[in-house]
Amino acid sequence: MSQYTDDRFVDDAPYDAEAALQQLERKDLDAPNWILVWRKFKTHRLGLLSGVFLLFCYLILPFIGFVAPYGPNDRNSEHLYSPPQNVKLFHEGQFLGPFIYPMTSEANLETFQWEFSPDLENPQKLRFFCEGAPYKVAGLIPADTHLFCPPETEIPFFLWGSDRLGRDIFSRILYGAQLSLTVGLIGITVSFVLGIFFGAVAGYFGGAIDWVINRVIEVLRSLPELPLWLALSAAVPSNWSPVAVFFVISIILGLLDWPGLARSVRAKFLSLREEEYVRAAEMMGASSGRVIRKHLLPNFMSHLIASATLSIPAMILGETALSFLGLGLRAPAVSWGVMLNDAQNLANIEIYWWTAIPMLPIVIVVLAFNFLGDGLRDSLDPYQQ
Amino acid sequence: MGILRYAIYRFGTMLLTLWVVSILIFAIINLPPGDFLSNQIAELQATGQSAGVAKAEFLRTEYALDKPLWQQYMIWMGFMPGPHGFSGMIQGNFGWSFEFDAPVSEIVGDSLWMTVLVNLAAVAFVYMVALPLGVLAAARSRTWVDYTSAFVGYLGLATPNFLLALILFYYGHRYFNLPIGGLMDPIYENAPMSWDKVKSILLHLIVPTFVIGTSGASAMMQRLRANMLDELGKPYVETAVAKGLAPRKMLTKYPLRVAFNPFVADIGNLLPSMVSGSVLVSVVLGLQTIGPDLLQALKSQDMFLSGFVLMFVALLTLIGTMVSDVLLVLLDPRIRYEGRK
Repeated sequence: MSQYTDDRFVDDAPYDAEAALQQLERKDLDAPNWILVWRKFKTHRLGLLSGVFLLFCYLILPFIGFVAPYGPNDRNSEHLYSPPQNVKLFHEGQFLGPFIYPMTSEANLETFQWEFSPDLENPQKLRFFCEGAPYKVAGLIPADTHLFCPPETEIPFFLWGSDRLGRDIFSRILYGAQLSLTVGLIGITVSFVLGIFFGAVAGYFGGAIDWVINRVIEVLRSLPELPLWLALSAAVPSNWSPVAVFFVISIILGLLDWPGLARSVRAKFLSLREEEYVRAAEMMGASSGRVIRKHLLPNFMSHLIASATLSIPAMILGETALSFLGLGLRAPAVSWGVMLNDAQNLANIEIYWWTAIPMLPIVIVVLAFNFLGDGLRDSLDPYQQ
Repeated sequence: MGILRYAIYRFGTMLLTLWVVSILIFAIINLPPGDFLSNQIAELQATGQSAGVAKAEFLRTEYALDKPLWQQYMIWMGFMPGPHGFSGMIQGNFGWSFEFDAPVSEIVGDSLWMTVLVNLAAVAFVYMVALPLGVLAAARSRTWVDYTSAFVGYLGLATPNFLLALILFYYGHRYFNLPIGGLMDPIYENAPMSWDKVKSILLHLIVPTFVIGTSGASAMMQRLRANMLDELGKPYVETAVAKGLAPRKMLTKYPLRVAFNPFVADIGNLLPSMVSGSVLVSVVLGLQTIGPDLLQALKSQDMFLSGFVLMFVALLTLIGTMVSDVLLVLLDPRIRYEGRK
């Protein structure tokens, strides 16, 4: 630092005009788009949390058999409607590690119910990384090691109770996630493909095609979805295999969802097709398909992904409703809606409240998708303040 | 072009849409392989009851089910003379329910009005809840009022309707002694309209209205809040505040009027999902609307009954959308009468 005669202090380092831009800003200007999006998305706590949670849920799906102590359709005829059991750590003030009190059942001849009560004298330790019911990792590799198992085969352990056939609700919820969570993904894929195709064609070509597609969109949007879903799934023949029914149901869910997406795609295309770079591409002889795919779609793919995230919950709820009414997935398939089918009437919920537990994962997953979608939507335009 | 001409134009497009919808619905109800009667005939033949077969065969020709599909459609709609001349939907003959062995119009009967009533109540609920809450959430944005309403709104969107119905029913009955199931006390079921009957219906409507309306109300509320916030940031609001206008008057007099338009227009978007919700909730709660009829008819492939119910549900949403469109034009003079150019 040197002092001039007029009392100014000036840094000795040579002046660099570029350095006037702050380091951080310089980085911002050079950073690719996704880094900016990510940086903004990180500040959206709820969205980030939801995203991590959902990622975890989907990643764990192939390994569900490891986490679940029982198979989805394993019955225990001695323990029908067994209430949830708590995992305890201390027995009479003494640390034992995770253990449970085995349930003893007794028939109540006045109400004609099985009444369960924990046997407080007899703590039984849970086993970990133990052998149990065989399952397949990702449906391919056979295995029989479980994260945790009941103390003995005679002493079952129902973390969240058992249902009317004596099946473990906790395990069934985990297995149900496999169908309930993927139904939305398949549905959204169908809806995405249809929506982008029709929206792009309508917006890019305009004219008569646009008019026809627009009318179709209007008609489909003005119809109540659920009755149509019901009608379409009622048409699925009852002798089809559960897997086929599952795919058909998810396609049905997607078939009625695309108009909303197509509308926003069309609106974007209408404005984007007048841009100079589109005309330039056309003049260089690019085909319409190429212009749409290479020049127009990447422009708002991120926007589309955000709106897709927001419409997955509707599909999950749709599947639940259909299965709940008995027109969606059918037992032996396990999904959250199929499970809730047991909780259909009030008397059941009042006596066996734990049969309604599958609603918790539904609410949580749907909320998570909503938050994630909101977060994505807010952070997708990093240049917007 | 006057408002009247716009209304007529809008009515015309609604009829056209309805026509397209009828084709769609006819296609859907004919999707399952076989029909109710041929299933029945096969079953009767298998058990060797020839008397029933004759009746089923008679019904088949009576309702033109032996004709090609496109002719069946024309006869069903009443565009083409069937075995009994012109007698289809547009002539007011809705067909025969094979499952219940009675005319469709007799089976749906009162439940049509109940469906309209339930949906009207739900729409009224949406407006009554979303309007004050949306404005309040915008006026007191980023306070506990805002956060609470956002939280409740999210929950309303995320909870499946039918679960909400079961839960509310349970607690409503337990703590507020609300009646369980149905739309009125069984003693009024076939009784003539009376004050007590109306009271009973209103009491039974509380839970269903709440359940059907919640998700719509929360969506509407969030949109109204966003619109209001946009308006509140504009300079004219600042001017009004600077001039000393009372906060309440400032809110209701200017920004609310502008934010109100989407509020009316949106009901057209919301209606389909609300009608969907009402079908589901009716099935769960056992309301005497056409929801349970539809489910029953779909499960047993009773095609005339399910076709009529689907048509009615579609008509209900289309009329609702049309009314909201016309109302919007009445409310907002800036709206062009013509369709989009």
